[in-house]
Amino acid sequence: MDIGFIVEYIPLYVEAAKLTLGIGLIGIALSLIVGLLIAFIQYFKIPILRQMATGYIELSRNTPLLVQLFFLYFGLPKVGIRISSEGCAIIGLCFLGGSYMAEAFRSGMESVEKGQEESAFALGFRKSQVVRYVILPQALSVSIPALCANMIFLIKETSVFSVVALADLMYVAKDLIGLYYKTDEALLMLVIAYLIILLPISIVAAILERRIRYAGFGN
Amino acid sequence: MQDLGIRVLFLGNNFARLLQGLWITIRISLIAVALSIVFGVLLGILMTVKNPVIKAMTKIYLEFIRIMPQLVLLFLVFFGLTKSYGINLSGETSAIIVFTLWGTAEMGDLVRGALISIPKHQYESGAAIGLTKWQVYRYVIIPQILTRLVPLAINLTTRMIKTTSLVALIGVVEVLKVAQQIIEANRYTVPDSALWIYGTIFFLYFFACWPISLVAKRLEKKWKTT
Amino acid sequence: MAEQQVILEARNITKDYGGGRVLDGVSLQVHKGEVIVLIGPSGCGKSTFLRCMNGLEQIQSGQILLDGEVITEGKTDWTKVRQKIGMVFQSYELFPHMSVIDNLVLGPVKVQGRDKKEVTKEAEKLLERVGLLDKKDAFPRQLSGGQKQRVAIVRALILKPEILLFDEVTAALDPEMVREVLDVILELAADGYTMLIVTHEMQFAKAVADKIVFIDGGKVVESGIPEKFFTQPETDRARRFLNTFIYAKGGEKA
Repeated sequence: MDIGFIVEYIPLYVEAAKLTLGIGLIGIALSLIVGLLIAFIQYFKIPILRQMATGYIELSRNTPLLVQLFFLYFGLPKVGIRISSEGCAIIGLCFLGGSYMAEAFRSGMESVEKGQEESAFALGFRKSQVVRYVILPQALSVSIPALCANMIFLIKETSVFSVVALADLMYVAKDLIGLYYKTDEALLMLVIAYLIILLPISIVAAILERRIRYAGFGN
Repeated sequence: MQDLGIRVLFLGNNFARLLQGLWITIRISLIAVALSIVFGVLLGILMTVKNPVIKAMTKIYLEFIRIMPQLVLLFLVFFGLTKSYGINLSGETSAIIVFTLWGTAEMGDLVRGALISIPKHQYESGAAIGLTKWQVYRYVIIPQILTRLVPLAINLTTRMIKTTSLVALIGVVEVLKVAQQIIEANRYTVPDSALWIYGTIFFLYFFACWPISLVAKRLEKKWKTT
Repeated sequence: MAEQQVILEARNITKDYGGGRVLDGVSLQVHKGEVIVLIGPSGCGKSTFLRCMNGLEQIQSGQILLDGEVITEGKTDWTKVRQKIGMVFQSYELFPHMSVIDNLVLGPVKVQGRDKKEVTKEAEKLLERVGLLDKKDAFPRQLSGGQKQRVAIVRALILKPEILLFDEVTAALDPEMVREVLDVILELAADGYTMLIVTHEMQFAKAVADKIVFIDGGKVVESGIPEKFFTQPETDRARRFLNTFIYAKGGEKA
């Protein structure tokens, strides 16, 4: 193990990690928005949009991000749609993540008992108020573990960003292996980098999940 | 020329080649799933054992595998073992190893979950009507575990197929690599072939995974107990 | 109770559910200040009737009138109607993510646009009345069933409805908590609230009702003042129903 080599190339990994995280977080934020929108469309049973949402969810969940990215990055320019590497990565992650987030929100909203909705109606609430004040706050706390799991999943998925020519962690590791044959060092740093990014998130997620499962409101 | 781009699919045996490429990924997935089920059941049972050493080891294995992106695992095995230790593994073999390790972790956790989800009184009430221990498992416990597990195992298959697309990045000639070859070969005659080929692959994956997802969803609904 | 104004009225309403007819031409008038108790065997349609009255269930034919206006035809603003028809549920349905006081204040502030301070004061007064002022910052899960139900009653009251619907509000309670909830309802009756109550508590029905309506098979079979209904029911079906009750009471009631 060449410690000098590792120290020398740490900055490269830091840069790559920043890129991964930056794009990952933008993609995740957009996924949350898309997911919430889709969950609303399904909850309010908006015609046409609802069928489109179902179609989107199935497409998104049954195709790999890698293939989605190939289509965006190599396919679309052939019809004149040129999107930057970052753009492709964000769109791809959002296309993939939106459906997962939507499912998390939807199952949270479904977990709220029917009687809650009815009692809110009985108090004279409009449907949109019912969702805002009664359904959503309860649904969110149920959804949090799934949302966290999706977040981890999506950050892991960013590992394919190198195919759209982004210098992410995988890209750097592969480069170092190819250029210097420092395979052990390059891979070790790669693993550590992902651990540093993902371990805290997964620990926080586990704590949140336990708290939600054993406590509930009012503690 | 846009409207003609799709003809690249029907030039020569291009479409058949794509399908063959897809089959490579599906074959890797199926082998990995089969192995994962076997090892996953063992791991799941092992995880319910109350020995602290076993518990810690299985936990570390599970957490590490699940926290690492599958592509990182793939790099570890493919580049790590090959270049550092001179163990020469083909991309396909590396992929099967990695996806089996990953599938085993996922499956093991599912099996463990199913095992501990069976309430204790199910064992007791089975015994109370005079069944032998083996009969309790055979008629009471295992059927309940299977109805929980089978939909999840089927679901794992679609995740596996999607994940297997990553093998393109360690040089396995599968559907994406075939696509690149076709696009390269038709670069001048069909300049927009990339759109059509990658679009096609997108839907190939979709039609490989979607029916499996539907089956899993249907079984899950049908076998929902509570 | 002579010639009081009719607040809520059902005219010959029918309701189909899953291929069967749950309500088959039910008519009923509730006058101002009147307490009507609906009784009948499980599945007779009495709860469904209640849920139809504030639009939680849709009726197939007939009319429902509130203050003399038909609310089941044309474009009815149900949010307006429901502010005038309060409802309390068997399963309390307090909002678990809010404290007691927030549960009470939400409706008046968000639905009626009232001043939060003023509503809070009123909520506290009402809580005091049902003996729960010290629980105002508690969350529903920290309350007993009886306490939850008393809060739910206050939550309906605070919107100042013209009539209150009670849907088996003691059915989910442990026996020792039934009393505290029924006492609150008895008090409301004494204060002159208009109420339509579905219950299985016969003693309570006898004590609170101005009028008993016995429903069976989706129809009103018999109605009258409680003194008469419980001692000399007119119909066979009512007699049989009351008999099973007495038997259950003597035999196996826990």
